[in-house]
Amino acid sequence: MSDVTIHSTAAQMSEALIAGSTTSVALTNAHFAQIEAVEPAVHAFLHLDKDGALSQAAEVDAKRARGEKLAPLAGVPLALKDVLAQQGVPTTAGSKMLEGWRPPYDATVVKKLKDAGVVILGKTNMDEFAMGSSTENSAYGNTHNPWDLTRIPGGSGGGSAAALAAFQAPLAIGTDTGGSIRQPAAVTGTVGVKPTYGGVSRYGLIAFSSSLDQAGPCARTVLDTALLHEAIAGYDQMDSTSINAPVPQVVAAAKKLDIKGLKIGVVKELLGEGFQAGVRQRFEEALEELVKAGAQIVEVSCPNFDYGLAAYYLIAPSEASSNLARFDSMRYGIRIGDDGTRSAAEVMSLTRHEGFGAEVKRRIILGTYALSSGYYDAYYGSAQKVRTLVKRDFDAAFANVDVLVSPTCPTTAFKLGENTDDPLAMYLNDIATIPVNLAGIGGMSLPCGLAPEDGLPVGFQIMSPGMRDDLMYQVGGTLEAALVSKWGHTLLSQAPALAGN
Amino acid sequence: MALNYDQAVAKYEPTLGLEVHVELNTKSKMFCGCATEFGASPNTQTCPICLGLPGALPVVNAKAIESSILIGLALNCSIAPFSRFARKNYFYPDMPKNFQTSQYDEPICVNGYLDVEIETDEGPKQFRVEIERVHMEEDTGKSLHVGGATGRIHGADYSLLDYNRAGIPLVEIVTKIVGGTGKYAPQVARAYVTELREILRSLGVSDVKMEQGSMRCDVNLSLAPVGSNELGTRSETKNVNSLRSVERAVIGEVIRQSNRLEAGERIVQETRHFQEESGQTRSGRSKEQAEDYRYFPEPDLVPVAPAAQWIEELRASLPEKPSTRRKRLQELWNVPAKEMEAMVNAELLDVVEETIGLGSEPTRARSWWLGEVSRLANEREVGPTFLITPAQVAEVIALIESGELTDKLARQVVEGVVGGEGTPREVIDKRGLKVVSDDGALMVAIEAAILAQPDTAERVRGGNLPAAGALIGAVMKATGGQADAAKVRELLLKHLGQG
Repeated sequence: MSDVTIHSTAAQMSEALIAGSTTSVALTNAHFAQIEAVEPAVHAFLHLDKDGALSQAAEVDAKRARGEKLAPLAGVPLALKDVLAQQGVPTTAGSKMLEGWRPPYDATVVKKLKDAGVVILGKTNMDEFAMGSSTENSAYGNTHNPWDLTRIPGGSGGGSAAALAAFQAPLAIGTDTGGSIRQPAAVTGTVGVKPTYGGVSRYGLIAFSSSLDQAGPCARTVLDTALLHEAIAGYDQMDSTSINAPVPQVVAAAKKLDIKGLKIGVVKELLGEGFQAGVRQRFEEALEELVKAGAQIVEVSCPNFDYGLAAYYLIAPSEASSNLARFDSMRYGIRIGDDGTRSAAEVMSLTRHEGFGAEVKRRIILGTYALSSGYYDAYYGSAQKVRTLVKRDFDAAFANVDVLVSPTCPTTAFKLGENTDDPLAMYLNDIATIPVNLAGIGGMSLPCGLAPEDGLPVGFQIMSPGMRDDLMYQVGGTLEAALVSKWGHTLLSQAPALAGN
Repeated sequence: MALNYDQAVAKYEPTLGLEVHVELNTKSKMFCGCATEFGASPNTQTCPICLGLPGALPVVNAKAIESSILIGLALNCSIAPFSRFARKNYFYPDMPKNFQTSQYDEPICVNGYLDVEIETDEGPKQFRVEIERVHMEEDTGKSLHVGGATGRIHGADYSLLDYNRAGIPLVEIVTKIVGGTGKYAPQVARAYVTELREILRSLGVSDVKMEQGSMRCDVNLSLAPVGSNELGTRSETKNVNSLRSVERAVIGEVIRQSNRLEAGERIVQETRHFQEESGQTRSGRSKEQAEDYRYFPEPDLVPVAPAAQWIEELRASLPEKPSTRRKRLQELWNVPAKEMEAMVNAELLDVVEETIGLGSEPTRARSWWLGEVSRLANEREVGPTFLITPAQVAEVIALIESGELTDKLARQVVEGVVGGEGTPREVIDKRGLKVVSDDGALMVAIEAAILAQPDTAERVRGGNLPAAGALIGAVMKATGGQADAAKVRELLLKHLGQG
């Protein structure tokens, strides 16, 4: 490898590959070397597919040597959240339930990545079935925040975010049901985008909450995120909820670096009590940069956001209780107690008892209760109404502003184990990210500095109207450029050195 | 003293409700591209979607929507401009997702009716059966419980699962309460299912084979004392797999329930299973504690919103109503009602109509299909239409009408066609089955017969015409049955001075 290193951006790696100054095999090997060095400390991965990745890389190199036309990210390595089905590669969704399962098919996102020549290094750790905000709910151990190994990397996509922050991969795929892409990005100083619901196919994404789940791109820069976004987005006839419309031009938007005249709304309800002082400070400093860049900042009120968290914790568990019913040991996954004396019902029950972790069981019980006859209207029905109100708040806001902004989460990364006994405190982490999922619009988190009190990354969230994902990239790209120029370096360059760095 | 059926309906008024599940005959499943062919090797028609693998998502089969709308229109329903799928949640090993994607409070078709006619003591009478809803759902897989006494899951040594059926599109047609039938409840139930089957067949949306399970009927029945305005507790009888069983199940339940009521016992709300051999029902799952299916709108599917114009196009494409068609054909062909019913029951109306359309005389067309062809089909245990085409039958009939074949020869031709010997013409050539119509050859045989039976010939000469039968018989025998008997008679009588 010559001019690019594992610390380069995906865009730089792509250029070097095109220029012929490196090869995909070389890049892939370099990343596996880094993984080998830092993985014992970070534990971002659940499965490494070195053989598969290297053969994919060699194939891209061969195609390039033959002069074949390749996609922009061809040959660039990527870490895949373990919630997406990859044919023949272990896929567990962080659950013991799926231990040893190798899907017989590729998720549409995976197929698109393969078609684009993106090299899939392995599967990243996550909270079981994407339920959690710290990756501590994984059945396979904690992932550690590369900024401070005693802290959480966020969740549910903590593995993907940590892999980026630890330079184990320049690109990663996450999924975001209530903040599982954006919150890990925020606490690891990386960039993560939840696209508009329906913008990226959910086919092959192991469902947590079908009406909220959305796969999206994660990277270390806004441009890299945009490049990955365009590689995975687009209509898919295998997903009925996928939107049949052109993919927003997010790469062009990320490169625009111009927000003059844009109106940016600060959501009053997402900046009050419970937000760490350093988070608020860095957020406000970022707003100043946006003003300097020519944007107009206005305060916006979205009163129904206050009910968003409650509505989310009824809708998501309700759908989860049904989505997770299929894990019954009959066709795949683990099977417990099948000793010839027990009935199918008993084996199902034992398997679910053993196979699911505490948080998953908690949500299945919550959701089952909320959908029960006699309670449906009060819980699920009311939650759906709140959802409509949250959407209306967004509609009203977007009638006056181009994008909305807030801190991504109330705090910086907390300590591993700090919130594991307090589900409510854990759920509050998602307070600022959830409204975006309820409304089905797009949201981005990008780093806006380190909180002075703990030196940990702070995330800046940008929310854009449905299918206007380009707007958040335009604002995000501009803000990133302004901040890097102000700091004189990228945020991640300030992360403490790990063994392999 | 136990009540018999007549005594039961003298005291109690039955109220019916009928739920019919129909497997649509779409080429692919409801939510995936898997084939739907009946009888394939277990688990060969499956994919990640119908197996409910993690991450897989459903996509609605547009053809199934079209079929459902056609059914709704044929049953005089309103088609919902906006309907949704819902998840019906319950655990069972043959349910890949442990929820069935169905429709709940927003079905695709609502509020229709179907008029049926039955024979009563006062002659034919029409009943209107009101339709509550027509909704779409997916079928489950099939479980085979091996070992144990009952063939049910409890007590079985092990169970085998076949997911080929999982995801086959089903349409469920639910009636409103059918009351006021009195003692005719069994006939009304049967007439409704019969007419519904005819409609579905005419629409071409299902194979409607009750014995293969592509049409299944649940019979809900309750009794109330005659004259009371209240409804009794109902039972739901499943496993009713033929038209006759529909009728028998109603009779069986009326007798069972009335005798319980007579004995001062109450009716338990439950699922019962029809026993084909005894005509009685056996208790199944109790429904006293209503199962909570936790229905909620299916988030993986978008609502079904058929365009008004499409619905009108489908309405315009509806075939003639089977009852109208039967009346029309009966008049046109001048067939007795019983014969018409026989053709309908044998599912031969289409081929008879086609045969007649090809120029055959209606009575001949009907009797060939119902007679010889059906007999051969029964022997071979296949449907008549698998053996011979309407065009071939029409050809045979034309040959009879032109005098080239006698009925007896024609039967041999049909047998040859059915046996795979080729077209009627080829069978005739191969087997040498030509009617002997050459007068010279016939005269030789006639003279030989007269010579052999001079006394008989003398009686015919004397005016005893019936005596000619023996001579004609001898000629037919001599020509190996290949002569036209009418022709032989004509020549013989002429020869003996009686022509």
